[in-house]
Amino acid sequence: MTSSELLPIALLMSSLLPGLVIFALPEGWVALRTTLNLFGAVAKLALVALLLLGVAAGQEYGVRFAVLPGLDLAFKADALGLLFISLSAVLWLFTTLYAIGYLEGAPHRSRFFGFFSLCVTATVGIAMAANLFTFFIFYELLTLATFPLVVHRGTEKAMRGGTIYLAYTLVGGAALLTGIVWLHHLLGHTEFAHGGIAAALGAEYAGQLTLIFVLLIAGVGVKAALVPLHGWLPQAMVAPAPVSALLHAVAVVKAGAFGIVRIVYEVFGIEFAQSLELLAPLAMLAAVTIIWGSFRALFQDDLKKRLAYSTISQVSYIVLGVALFGPLGTVGGLVHLVHQGIMKITLFFCAGNYAETLGIHKVSEMNGAGRRMPLTTLAFSIGALGMMGAPLTAGAISKAWLSDGATAAGMDWAIWVLWTSSFLNAAYFLPILWRAWFRPAPNAWPEEQILRRGWRETAWLLLLPPLATAIMTIAAGTLAETPGSPLEWAKLIADQEYLTWSP
Amino acid sequence: MIGLILLPLVWASLAFVLGPGRGKWLAIAGLSAQTWFAFDLAQQISAGKAAIGHQVGGWGAPLGIDLAADGLSSAMLLLTQCVALPLAIYASAYYKRDDAAGAYFWPLMGFLIAGLNALFVSADFFNIYVTLELVGLAAVGLVAAGGGAQQIAAALRYLFATLVGSGLYLLGVALLYGAYGTVSIESVSLLVTAEAPRMVWIAFGLMVLGLMLKTALFPFHYWLPPAHGGSPAPVSALLSALVVKASFYLMLRLWIGPFAPLVAAAPWLAWGPAALGTLAIFWGSWQAIRTPRLKMLIAYSTVAQLGYLFLIFPLLNGPGAIQAGVMQAFAHGLAKAAMFVAAGVFIKATGQDTVAGLAGAVNRLPITLFAFGLAGVTLMGLPPSAGFLAKWQLIEAALNQGHWWLVLVVLSGGLLAAVYVFRVLRQAFLLAPVDTPVLPFTPVPRTLEWTAFALALTSVLLGLRGVELMRLIQAVGAVA
Repeated sequence: MTSSELLPIALLMSSLLPGLVIFALPEGWVALRTTLNLFGAVAKLALVALLLLGVAAGQEYGVRFAVLPGLDLAFKADALGLLFISLSAVLWLFTTLYAIGYLEGAPHRSRFFGFFSLCVTATVGIAMAANLFTFFIFYELLTLATFPLVVHRGTEKAMRGGTIYLAYTLVGGAALLTGIVWLHHLLGHTEFAHGGIAAALGAEYAGQLTLIFVLLIAGVGVKAALVPLHGWLPQAMVAPAPVSALLHAVAVVKAGAFGIVRIVYEVFGIEFAQSLELLAPLAMLAAVTIIWGSFRALFQDDLKKRLAYSTISQVSYIVLGVALFGPLGTVGGLVHLVHQGIMKITLFFCAGNYAETLGIHKVSEMNGAGRRMPLTTLAFSIGALGMMGAPLTAGAISKAWLSDGATAAGMDWAIWVLWTSSFLNAAYFLPILWRAWFRPAPNAWPEEQILRRGWRETAWLLLLPPLATAIMTIAAGTLAETPGSPLEWAKLIADQEYLTWSP
Repeated sequence: MIGLILLPLVWASLAFVLGPGRGKWLAIAGLSAQTWFAFDLAQQISAGKAAIGHQVGGWGAPLGIDLAADGLSSAMLLLTQCVALPLAIYASAYYKRDDAAGAYFWPLMGFLIAGLNALFVSADFFNIYVTLELVGLAAVGLVAAGGGAQQIAAALRYLFATLVGSGLYLLGVALLYGAYGTVSIESVSLLVTAEAPRMVWIAFGLMVLGLMLKTALFPFHYWLPPAHGGSPAPVSALLSALVVKASFYLMLRLWIGPFAPLVAAAPWLAWGPAALGTLAIFWGSWQAIRTPRLKMLIAYSTVAQLGYLFLIFPLLNGPGAIQAGVMQAFAHGLAKAAMFVAAGVFIKATGQDTVAGLAGAVNRLPITLFAFGLAGVTLMGLPPSAGFLAKWQLIEAALNQGHWWLVLVVLSGGLLAAVYVFRVLRQAFLLAPVDTPVLPFTPVPRTLEWTAFALALTSVLLGLRGVELMRLIQAVGAVA
């Protein structure tokens, strides 16, 4: 096996093998488990760095195994896949650190971290899938691996959330499978390729292809939480905070959005999708989701629920960027895939910190939290400002490219959607910041579990991850034009998908 | 090939001679050798030897007994040994030395396996009847061995169904003999044409009816849930994973072999089994969703999963249908065996056979639950698993011929399976209720947990590598 075949496999194994070993570990072996977790996460980062260097230099990585005659399990590490992999690898490291701190002393940690590693393996598999068949395998694996995490607490409420999650995702999976087999039946293969593969079928298949598009987008749209398929996301908030971070920023929702990117660009091809008039309805759907999610977020008192509705809205920025016909919108959507992940994970880490340290679960309990936990609240503020698209944050870059893309595509209404959403974002985030920084603290916190020691407002492992991702939010905003930034990488991808344009 | 039939007869007889409850090591050793034989045979057939024949005692047809193996029969032989070996290991730890329920388990299992193996390689109608009866009687014996009133009742019901089934089959054989004067499948294949006399049509109908009854296709499934749900776990696993597959295999063989001209003359015939299979999927799943008992749930799931096998009949004149059927047989055989033995572990540990009694099992028996979950993945047809490949092939074969409603049936069947599988998993993940006293958990031998796990894992891993199995089936139809 050559190194170009070995690297993708190693990338999968770097989280699969530690995960399988962790399952077998007795509960008490904390040190070994932590070592394995961190070793896996760091090894994955190193492998990702190798792949990034190689792909930037024009190297190709891929490997395939025959499953059935004419049906291959195929992986490739291309620029688009690596965008997603880098995001999840970096955030996995932080989420693992955070989860170690968050679950200290909690029961069933071997099971938790085992499934946690499986989730990341599935995410990497989704990102590296070279055809829809492989994509589907890992897409469903992700569903199965997240279920035990969502119901980890084992309460009736957790079970209800988990059941709703399954009901949505499994039905979505069935729609996706139908679309994939149908396409496979028509084309004889489902390999991803720049510029798409569906165009080869010709105009007489336009009707069938439109139906297939609807099935595929509905299938991945469940995980991407497109309205009206979003109902599971607020319910899944019963999960522990690291799992929410995983669902919202690293794996599940992102897998859905990433699936839409692959389907539009590399299955149908952006130009062909435009000629079938599929992009405008998709953009409308994204716009409705953006507004609806922001609007619902306004009325949530539960902090994590407010963040969940915010995710619904923000992920559709990616979809909107994809659906805007033109490279500027593509760059905006792709870069938001990364930016939203960094910002949203910061917010969820912070929400977890408030809950673990002070027992704060609701927006109405946030009074004075900024003085008790200044660093956490600082990180939270940066994340929230980024979500609004404030200057110097990652969010500003995304919004700028998206609006330019909307103008270029001649869809000026999309700019209004973005502005309305920014306004609504401000309306639901600013009151939280106001309460946290400027309102006096109550006499007693709801349930103070971690006492302040010196300037350490909470446990180390809970504090560092949100600070790190907050710094990344600023860095992605201020250093966007430096080589190697998410923005530059997104331009590289857009360059590949549009044959006639260069950034 | 002859070893696959003689060996189980030998160890079964020895186990009987040794006395109640003995002979487990003989059985395991014998099955290990048989597994090796089966792999060897499969390898020879994949390597290009289209079919392998054997004339017992050097006497050929029409006087002697002809044996023949092609890709399809070799695949079924492989499945039988691969499921039976882990089950034997499981049973050796399951039955205590002086367990009355296990007194005659080993001889009966041996005769059952011998009957199955002989059935897969028999080349004449009458010989097949003998093997059918051998399998049926051994299976009834296994069900009755539990000894309780309920088990005896289930066994009698089962006996009735299996006798009627093979009786119908025998009647068909007699009519065929009357029409053509031979019972060799090969000779009959040459004689049957679309203008065959009415007697042959009736024979075909009787045989198919009898075999559907024995396969427990809806609405002939009534005997299956009590028989499979009420037996000890290793017996349930043997019956659900293997025995019902034998009569399905035979029906498929007749359909594509000697009676193919009849089917070609009346293509609408194929929609009968498919329609019943559809009803089986919905009815079986619905009952599995409702029943409070764990093993009944699994037994009804068998009723549903058998339905998929019959969906392939209208697709048989296109590519991929047999492949889908065999893949489904493998997926269900391995996964259902895993599920029944996992349920056996739960029942041994908690002392109760209800879904509700599983609360908290995830912390007590994680390996078993993992096995149950993996087997569930296969039954739901989620990737990566053999069940997923079977559904993929089935959907693609249906699309190839434009049968949209089959696609819908397969997909909704998968979702219904998810409902009953997650019904169990959900309960197992639930915290044990605080207010009720925690029921004592009996410690369970590790062997039981790991054999369940091995079976389930095989059903999943087959979903990542189905090429060899498909190549084996390519050699189908060379012998009929």
